[in-house]
Order: sequence, then structure tokens, then C-alpha cells
Amino acid sequence: MQIDPIELLVRALDLTILAYLREQFAEQPTALLIVNIVIVLTLATVPLLMVFVVGWTERKVLARMQDRIGPNRVGGRYGVLQMVADVVKMMTKEVIIPAGADRWAYLSAPVLAVMTSVLLFAVLPLAPAVIGVDLNVAVFYVLAISSVSVVAILLAGWGSNNKYALLGAFRSVAQLVSYEVPMILSILVPILLARSMSTIGLVEAQNIPFIVFVPVAALIFFVSSLAETGRSPFDLLEAESEIVAGFHTEYTGMYFGLFMAGEYIAIMFMCALFSTAFLGGYRFFGLEELTTTIMGYPFFVGNLIGAAALFIKSAIIFFIFMWLRGTLPRFRIDQLLNFNWKFMVPFSLVLLFTVAVLDKLIFVWFPDITDGGRALIHLASNLLIAAATIEILRRRIQRQRRALEPAVVAEATPDLEHAHAH
Amino acid sequence: MTGEQFVFLAVSGLTIVAGILVVTLRNLFHAALAMMLSFLGVAGIYIMLGAGFLAAAQLLIYIGAISILIIFAIMLTRRMMQAQDTPFNSQAGAGLVTAVLSFILLVFVITRLWRNEIFDSPPEVPTAIMNQIVVQLGSDFVSPGAYVIPFIVASMLLLAALIGAVYVAWPQVEDEA
Repeated sequence: MQIDPIELLVRALDLTILAYLREQFAEQPTALLIVNIVIVLTLATVPLLMVFVVGWTERKVLARMQDRIGPNRVGGRYGVLQMVADVVKMMTKEVIIPAGADRWAYLSAPVLAVMTSVLLFAVLPLAPAVIGVDLNVAVFYVLAISSVSVVAILLAGWGSNNKYALLGAFRSVAQLVSYEVPMILSILVPILLARSMSTIGLVEAQNIPFIVFVPVAALIFFVSSLAETGRSPFDLLEAESEIVAGFHTEYTGMYFGLFMAGEYIAIMFMCALFSTAFLGGYRFFGLEELTTTIMGYPFFVGNLIGAAALFIKSAIIFFIFMWLRGTLPRFRIDQLLNFNWKFMVPFSLVLLFTVAVLDKLIFVWFPDITDGGRALIHLASNLLIAAATIEILRRRIQRQRRALEPAVVAEATPDLEHAHAH
Repeated sequence: MTGEQFVFLAVSGLTIVAGILVVTLRNLFHAALAMMLSFLGVAGIYIMLGAGFLAAAQLLIYIGAISILIIFAIMLTRRMMQAQDTPFNSQAGAGLVTAVLSFILLVFVITRLWRNEIFDSPPEVPTAIMNQIVVQLGSDFVSPGAYVIPFIVASMLLLAALIGAVYVAWPQVEDEA
């Protein structure tokens, strides 16, 4: 097997090196196994390293929103190396295992938390041909893996031998399991529109980004992904004013750091998944298909553009994540669960059924409709549903207010109420 | 030994060892965790058989839902921090009967299929079908020629369970109010 070093370099530059190596060694099972292991290691390391960037960005942006400066000592004026310093600090700290802790559960929970987050990146398409593995059930795979992350939380809470950790874990699991439902229901909408569960298929179907088709489904998905990753305003799992620090109360040093890393990786993936499912992923006005030639080899410059497009789209979503964290107050646990079961779940069900039936009807009524027309019809139905929902909610709240009014009046004038009663 | 055989042995070994741990561990919580590992091994076998959808379903349903439910049940019914209990209880006889029957069934199936050509080379499935396998599954579920009746029956069962759950959780209305 001959590998041309120049071609290898070109493939490395346009990000197709992994697929190229796979192709070259397709005939040799042992070499292919090694190549695949290298691919897995690369895919798992990149998001872990990205945590440094994302963590620093979040601290800096949040600081600016709160009229602070943020990290500004380590690594120059902008504190770029702050996260590195933090990780070094965590690494050097002692790992304390609480007395009476369940060692196996306690020590395996943080590892599992990182694992479930990193595994998700296998199906994320960075560019037209740059993907770990193009599963035809990719979205289903994502849901399956993220449902396993619940296990890590339970292990942490139970293994810590601490009632606050256990209660925190219960609440976390309640939150994650409930918000999984609207998340699945709302990600089914783009799957319906694309007629494909593969992430590549989702992106390829978006000649017009699906957010134009179904902005309301996108909103539901966004809100439930906030809750799934435990971000503000759903961050009561670990907020200072809540049950200590939730399920990771007892964790110290790098074991705590692993939970943080897992969380940031999951956030990155959720932003990327939102971009992939609703914003057209790596697509950028057809520029992602560009190719040129370098030194006699085809060079897929479009891959770089595609990866940059995906990165920028995800960064915008991540900015909204941070923006919400800097702005919104926190939910209480009962509000959080009520909001999910009494509003998000029924609403996303209605949305899903409407889109499913409407999309079938569109193709029955107008067999040769363009993407634009289809988008317009879906957009109209989505806005109609949104308007109807807002109207229903408004009436409901008015009714609740009216029911409360006598009580409010009575509270203001207790004597009068007393006189009435007799 | 090829790589595939090695992976198969590792995955099935994990499944079996975890399965044995489930019934021998004295700590119920650990037994539940071992059961998750066993489910994970089964998902790995599905992946090796090329059934990615089934493997993802196994993860989502058995690890993500059923095991979590079992762990919650253990935590809420036992005294939480001392989940020590003997795994041998009064249902040992019933368990033995079930195990023997399952074993007979497995032996029966395997001996019938032994030396079948299906073991020598897996049946060729066209890539067009493999790529559209979920679509095929979906349309089979609702096409009258295939599985529409089992699908509807299962849906009814789930609906009944949902309504039942809502009914059980519904706050009791006081009579005098």
C-alpha cells in the first residue's frame, strides 16, 4: 500500500483525511482497525479540547453581560489560558472519595458523563463528506446516547453517599427524562420534512433551512435542549441557591472537572445539532460544494467553508445560550415540570401531528410544489398554531386572574371578609 | 481469530458475565447496574449483526428507560442506602422453571439452525434496502399487508397504560367539595 505524502497533506488540509485513510486501507482489516481507532480518538479529542475555547468564551461573554471584565490574568490581557490554568489546578487537587461511598458508582459516573457526551460527535457532519459515521438512524442514535447520560447522574448521586447529592440526582433525572419528550417530538419534525434520520440526509434536504418551515418546532427544540443540557433558566440542578450543587456535590478535583467537561461537550453538540437540524448545518449558499486543485490533487475547499459555516451557526446558537444565562431568572422545580408536561409536550404533539398531516396533504394537493411553496405553507400553519396557542394561554391566564381577584381584595381588607363570613 | 470474532467474544463475554452478576450480587443497586451492562452487551451484538436501529432502540428503551425505572423502584422501595438483600427468594422455583424452558428453547433453535448455510455467509441484503431500512420499517408498520394489526394493538396497549398512569396520578377529588 502506497500513500503519497503530498496527497495525504492535501487530504489533511481539506479535512477528508479520515475518509481517505479508510479508503486506502479498506482491503487490510488489521490496518483498517487501527485507522478506525485513530479516527475515534481524533473525534473524541477534538471536542474535549474545544471545551477550553468554549469555557473561556462563556466566562468572558457572561462577564461582559454582567458588566465585569472576566478572566484577564492568565495568558495575556484577555485571559485566554484561564481554562488551562483551571484544569491544571483541578488536576493537582486531591480526589476525595467520601466515607461510605459506593466506589464503583462514584468513580465511574464522571467517566460515563464524558463518554456519553463525546460519543454524540460520531454522527455530526462537519462538511459534506466529513463525518465520523453516516448512520441512517443518526438522530435516533443521538437520542439513545443522551438517554444513557441519565445513568451517569444517578450513579453520581447514589454513589456519593450524600442525601443532598441523591436528591439533586433525583431532580436532575426528573428534569432530563421529562424534557427528553418534547425534544424527541420536536426533532421528529425536521426528520419528517427531510424523510431521513441520517444527519447528512437532514442537511442535504435543507435547500431552505427548516427553521423557515417550522420556526415553532425549532423554538421548542431549542428550549428543551436548554433543559437537557441543564442550562439557565433550567440550571437549578447546580445553582448556588439550590440543593447544594446537585448530584456532583461530593466530587472534587478533576472528577468534578469531568462533569463540567461533559456538560460543555453536550452543549456544543446541542448547538451543532440545532444548526444541523434547523439551520442547514454545513450548507452555505452552495459554497460548501466548491472544489479546486492543489499540486494535481483535488482539493475540497468547500469542506473548509462548510465546517466554518457549521461552526459559526453553532456559535450563534451558543451565544443565545449564554445570553439567556446572563438574562433570565431561574425556574423552580415545580414550574419547570409543569411547564414541560402541561405545555411543551402537548404543544409539540399538536405541532408534530399538524406537520405530518400537512406535509402529506401538500404532496397530494400540489404534486410538483417547489421547496419555497412548501416552506410557505408550513410557515403559515406554524404561525397559526403559535397564534392560537398564545390566545388560549392569554384567556386561561385571564380566567385565573379573575378567579384570584376576590381573594386578593379580601386579603387587602380582612375585616370586610370577616364580616361577610358571619 | 479475526477482529470480528474477537469483538464478538468480548461483547458476549460482557453480556454473560454481567448477566451472572445480576443474579449473584447482593447489592440490589449493583445488580441493576450489572443489568445495564448486560443490556449494553446485547446492543453491541445487534450492532455486529448490522441492526443499528435495533441497537439504538435497545439503548434508548432498556438502558435509558427500563433500567432507570428499576433503579428508581429500588431507591424508593428499599431503605435507600442499605440496599442489601439476598438474591435468593421465594421465587427461585419459578425462576428455575423459566430458565430451563428458555434453555430448551434456545437449544432447540440453535440445533435446528446448526449447519444451516446462514451460519456460513450472512444473507446478502441490497444496499438500497439497507439505506432505507428505517423507511421500510415505518411503512411496514402501517401497511395492511404487513404489521398494521400488531402495531395498532401495541399502540392501544400503550395508550391504555398512559391513560391508566394519568388516572392513578390524578389528584383524588374530595367528596364534600
